[in-house]
Amino acid sequence: MELLHATDVSKSFETGEGPLQVLRGVSLSLTAGTSLALTGESGSGKSTLLYLIGGLDVPDAGHIRIAGTDIAGLDDPGRAALRRGTVGVVFQQFNLIPSLDVAANLAFHARLSGRHDAAWTAHLAERLGLSALLSRFPEQLSGGQQQRVAIGRTLAAKSELVLADEPTGNLDEATGDAVMDLLLELVSETGAGLLMVTHSMRLAARLDRQVGLRAGVIA
Amino acid sequence: MIRAGAQALWSHWARHRLQLLVVIIGLALATGLWTGVQAINAEARVSYDRAASALGQTNLQQITRADGPLRLADFVALRRAGWLVSPIAQGGLRGTGLEVLGFDPFTAPQGAAVPDLRGAGDLSAFLVPPGVVFVHPETVGRLPDGLPPARVLDTIAPGRLVTDLSIAMQLLRSDTLSSIIVLENQPQGRTPLSDLDASYMLSAPSEGSDIARLTDSFHLNLTAFGLLSFAVGLFIVHAAIGLAFEQRRVLFRTLRALGLPQRALVGLLAAEAFVLATVGGSLGIVLGYVVAAALLPGVAATLSGLYGASVSGSLSLSPIWWLTGFVMAYIGAAAAAGSSLWQLSRLPILAPAMPRAWARANARTARIQAFGGLGLLTAALILGVAGDGLVAGFACLAALLLGAALLVPTALTLIIRGLSRFGTGVVTRWVWADTRQQIPALSLALMALLLALSANVGVSTMVGSFRGTFIGWLDQRLASDLYVTTRTPAEAAAFQDFVADDVHAILPIISADITLGGTPGEVFGIKDHATYRDHWPLLEGAPDVWDRVAAGTGVLVNEQLARRDDLWTGATLTLAPDWRMQIVGVYSDYGNPAGQAIIGYDTFSARFPDISPLRFAISADAPAALRDRIVMDFGLPPDNTINQEEVKAFSLEVFEQTFLVTRALNVLTLGVAGFALWASLTTVATMRLPQLAPVWALGLTRRHLATLEMGRALVLALLTAVLAVPVGLGLAWVLLAIVNVEAFGWRLPMQVFPWDWAQLLLWALVGAALAAALPMRSIAKLPPSELLKVFAHAR
Ligand SMILES: Nc1ncnc2c1ncn2[C@@H]1O[C@H](COP(=O)(O)OP(=O)(O)OP(=O)(O)O)[C@@H](O)[C@H]1O
Ligand SMILES: [Mg+2]
Repeated sequence: MELLHATDVSKSFETGEGPLQVLRGVSLSLTAGTSLALTGESGSGKSTLLYLIGGLDVPDAGHIRIAGTDIAGLDDPGRAALRRGTVGVVFQQFNLIPSLDVAANLAFHARLSGRHDAAWTAHLAERLGLSALLSRFPEQLSGGQQQRVAIGRTLAAKSELVLADEPTGNLDEATGDAVMDLLLELVSETGAGLLMVTHSMRLAARLDRQVGLRAGVIA
Repeated sequence: MIRAGAQALWSHWARHRLQLLVVIIGLALATGLWTGVQAINAEARVSYDRAASALGQTNLQQITRADGPLRLADFVALRRAGWLVSPIAQGGLRGTGLEVLGFDPFTAPQGAAVPDLRGAGDLSAFLVPPGVVFVHPETVGRLPDGLPPARVLDTIAPGRLVTDLSIAMQLLRSDTLSSIIVLENQPQGRTPLSDLDASYMLSAPSEGSDIARLTDSFHLNLTAFGLLSFAVGLFIVHAAIGLAFEQRRVLFRTLRALGLPQRALVGLLAAEAFVLATVGGSLGIVLGYVVAAALLPGVAATLSGLYGASVSGSLSLSPIWWLTGFVMAYIGAAAAAGSSLWQLSRLPILAPAMPRAWARANARTARIQAFGGLGLLTAALILGVAGDGLVAGFACLAALLLGAALLVPTALTLIIRGLSRFGTGVVTRWVWADTRQQIPALSLALMALLLALSANVGVSTMVGSFRGTFIGWLDQRLASDLYVTTRTPAEAAAFQDFVADDVHAILPIISADITLGGTPGEVFGIKDHATYRDHWPLLEGAPDVWDRVAAGTGVLVNEQLARRDDLWTGATLTLAPDWRMQIVGVYSDYGNPAGQAIIGYDTFSARFPDISPLRFAISADAPAALRDRIVMDFGLPPDNTINQEEVKAFSLEVFEQTFLVTRALNVLTLGVAGFALWASLTTVATMRLPQLAPVWALGLTRRHLATLEMGRALVLALLTAVLAVPVGLGLAWVLLAIVNVEAFGWRLPMQVFPWDWAQLLLWALVGAALAAALPMRSIAKLPPSELLKVFAHAR
């Protein structure tokens, strides 16, 4: 089943020196249960594209279909519902809610979407090695631990499409690898689609497919 | 979904208890000062009305005798003739300062403030000796021995004893009535008054709440003060709520990225503001009650001394003022959270995570703010010079304060930029640059400080000017020793004989009600005498002013009339259609709402041959002894003789009281501003780590950094205090020269008290030092690991 289908997406930003065309007609697609790596040099527009797919921003032109719905046709509450129910975003950092402890953070997305399943969340915590940290607050975690919580939160909500923006960018190689292993393992276990932005060719190679972004188009 | 969102948003407060405390205390202080002042005002007004309408004298006609006092026989005669009337005996209880009011329970008008005697046995206890006296709870302690048993009743005016007519007459040792009031619905076919006795006169209801009008100026000042305090409190709330928004920016992004709709987020935050306002408002109302209860005795003393108004020194809880308290709290929270909510509802999701965009927006906001401030100051200037009416006066006041507050950050930035030229050392340069960078974060607290300090300067200046002018004016106005009012022409003649041997001068005061410029006013006739020539408080006058008044070719008018109708020296005053006179002078007449004119005695007598003088100004060697003789031997009620010495001494005492009340309010407002500064410094301190850590890493000790922080707070407070002086003077000027003139028709000359400013600067520094002490301590004690976290990228 086609989970994500983007056609001719373009996006520009107003800057001090005039408009900056970041995306110039990007097209890509992803089926459920598979993973796709998005690479490209810094400033090429990877995060921008990811945010557009996640319904966090709106494209200037083009279409993005997620699970059969064209999100260009959605209003703000509609896009919010999409993020609650279908898409999960893992940012590079500052993912967690600082005032809630790990357990509450893990369950948070699932609670928002009304799909909270305590057993599943506990299972995820176990798998992610977070069981001993459940009552800590984010500021008391290391960077790798924080990213594991962020991944767990997305999976706990059973999001169909997981979007991750350099989830291991801040981690050392060993920790990054461990987090990646878990992410891939859990994604295939749940049958979700994964779109991941990364700088690392080595990590990208571990995903099913790879595409590169250059000069605003998929190279 | 909503529940999960709410939990995440509000969990912020559980982790930031201090901030929560700041928001709630800010709201509580804002509402508290406002409601406190309102409560004092409301309580005073209730007291005046209670005193004035004890038996409906204020709205019922009365019968008096032209040829002497009324007796019980008059009452009996009137009842027999079919008149529905009721007798009253009223007078001072010797040696106690208390007032006795006797009434007849069978004929007195119902309602009003008459004790309810319908309970079993009440009426007989009231009538049968020894009877009962009803008093206000506060009066109980002041009752002398030998009185009938007292009963406590809230509705009785303080200082008054209400009892049966015959008991009152015994207590007063008098066989005369002070008045006979005429009930509203009179039966048909009663004998006309003139057929009963030619000397009966029907007089109009007495003037009503004179006291309320006289004290309006005082209450207006208090209200202005309450508003200022409210504004200061609002700045605190705004700062705290704004900070809570800033700190949760990443949280907002995360929540929305996880699918919480924009509208739900805004709604939750609005609900949060509502809850905070409710909690803060409730606390504020309790606080307001405490403030009012603490200040009320002082205010009561002030008012009773200043205007003879009796204000109950205790407080009753009226639903109106606690409701308005809540309304103010909600308005405050809405104003404080409104801008943040509005911004949030328009921001794209990702914007909160882009600090650069915010910084740019902030620079623009600062510029807009500065221009807004300049615009408001210009508007204040235009309103002050060209504006007309009370609303324009208050608008001018608001524009002045808001404009000045908005300009604070820009002004401080410019000043510090100027000052930074003088430092050459590398640390000094860093300190100046860093201070400048800190101003936006502290700007709301500094604005609150400016408002508090300028309110302080403004209100002190106003009260000081009030005192200076008023005392001087009393000296001039009350140049004679005693002022005596007789009740009938016959008594007046007897009185003049009675005192003839003991006085240097006895000047008749004679007046008539006339229409001046289309509204009711008074005209006075005065004898040509040194008392007037040397002392009368003229604001302006022709060189030969007194000769011309004596010669009947000139008239004096009071300031109110001059301002209202633009009639100054040289203009012509119309006293009647066929009677015009040239104005030769204008005098100050504080506290009198009506227009007034003064002409020569002979001119007056020729115009009003029927009016003979009842009031006299007396100069004597021993005024106090003479006064006693007039009361004891001549038999005039004590209230009819005023000793100017006593009035002046009293007034002075009263102004000291006023000062105490204002000072207490000043201290409270300053405390509020100090609290705001402390809150801002504390919260800013936690966000300053990224700025401090590199400097620390480069070799400055934590103690050194802490000392620099303290110095910075003191410099900012000092600069703000210096800016506050001109703003406060502007505020005082608007209050004295615009608001007071528009509201009451007279203008107080402004006096300045530079010594007070010096003290205020000192207090501002003390406040800032206290506010900075804790944050400074925490910087000095900061564990290095905290500072290192800044470099260890991951939080
Ligand atoms: N809100 C914005 N306003 C202006 N320009 C923006 C904005 N957001 C992104 N850009 C610009 O768009 C371009 C693409 O940004 P984007 O964050 O998508 O790059 P990226 O590929 O994710 O880079 P990196 O690998 O460094 O994260 C950059 O040049 C960036 O400066
Ligand atoms: Mg990026």
